[in-house]
Amino acid sequence: MSILHTVNKSPYEKSSLDSCLRYAKGGSAILFYEDGIYAALQGASMEEKVKGAAQNVKLYVLGPDLKARGIAEDRVIDGIAVVDYAGFVDLSVEHDKVSAWV
Amino acid sequence: MAIEVNGKSFETDEEGYLVNLADWEAGIAEAMAKEDDLELTDEHWEIINFLREYYEEYQIAPAVRVLTKAVGKKLGAEKGNSKYLYALFPYGPGKQACRFAGLPKPTGCI
Amino acid sequence: MSEEMMDDEVVKKMAYINRRAPYGSIYALESLEVVLIGAAFDQDVSLIFADDGVFQLKKDQETAGIDMKNFSPTYRALEMYDVEKLYVSKESMTERGLSEDDLVVDVEIKTDAELADLLDDQDVIFSF
Repeated sequence: MSILHTVNKSPYEKSSLDSCLRYAKGGSAILFYEDGIYAALQGASMEEKVKGAAQNVKLYVLGPDLKARGIAEDRVIDGIAVVDYAGFVDLSVEHDKVSAWV
Repeated sequence: MAIEVNGKSFETDEEGYLVNLADWEAGIAEAMAKEDDLELTDEHWEIINFLREYYEEYQIAPAVRVLTKAVGKKLGAEKGNSKYLYALFPYGPGKQACRFAGLPKPTGCI
Repeated sequence: MSEEMMDDEVVKKMAYINRRAPYGSIYALESLEVVLIGAAFDQDVSLIFADDGVFQLKKDQETAGIDMKNFSPTYRALEMYDVEKLYVSKESMTERGLSEDDLVVDVEIKTDAELADLLDDQDVIFSF
């Protein structure tokens, strides 16, 4: 049973990412969207934490939310895949369930 | 509310401002001016076009004092003053000209 | 408001503290609108961007894909509204991997200690 976890809050403002990481088991996936996308930014203080998570889970970030916030894809931490809305839907379908860390 | 132009209807808010900026066409400005008993001249269009460019760049309809200042900078002091702009747009160059230009009501005009 | 009326008014030092990212909540846009409307009153205004508020000023925002209005160009209009004191927290920028080149408008980067002094100096503080 694999879960798609979603995080839509900034990791600097809310503990949603930390909670998600405590619960996300190996083999599951995390999608960052809305203000959650700030977790994917290179050179930021969250980078090590996010890279650590990438060892065990697959990481995705929603492209339109990156673009809206002025974050170019080359500023995204390596190993995080950028997906569009259709990709978001595909991820939801591929996993058994979705757990939203709002 | 709505305004009719060449058989097409465009949605406006309760104060007569165009709801969708993208709907705008010159005929809308003409129709709005007619409702206000104004005939649009090149001088009017200069200000209307200036406002549309200003909005494009800053995503905001300028308050009247900011418009006056910005017009002065771009088109010269003889146009960047209240007397000139109010003569063109008697209901207020901020509110009336922005309405003709399809912009929202200026932020900072109460 | 006319010049005559303003002559008798006391000019107050007002700081707006912006601490939220731009699109996940309405705070950033609301703050900007209050600043623009408040600019009519000729006060001594400072804008402080700290914590996630620094993301409000990020360059290259393109919001068509999320169907929201991109209000970041409006920060560049503030100067014409005589709002010229924009300060950004150095620590908040560093924490988020941002540099001055990432910002859409000219600002003064200050340390949190310097910003704390600036707050001390204000008559009124608005928090967003």
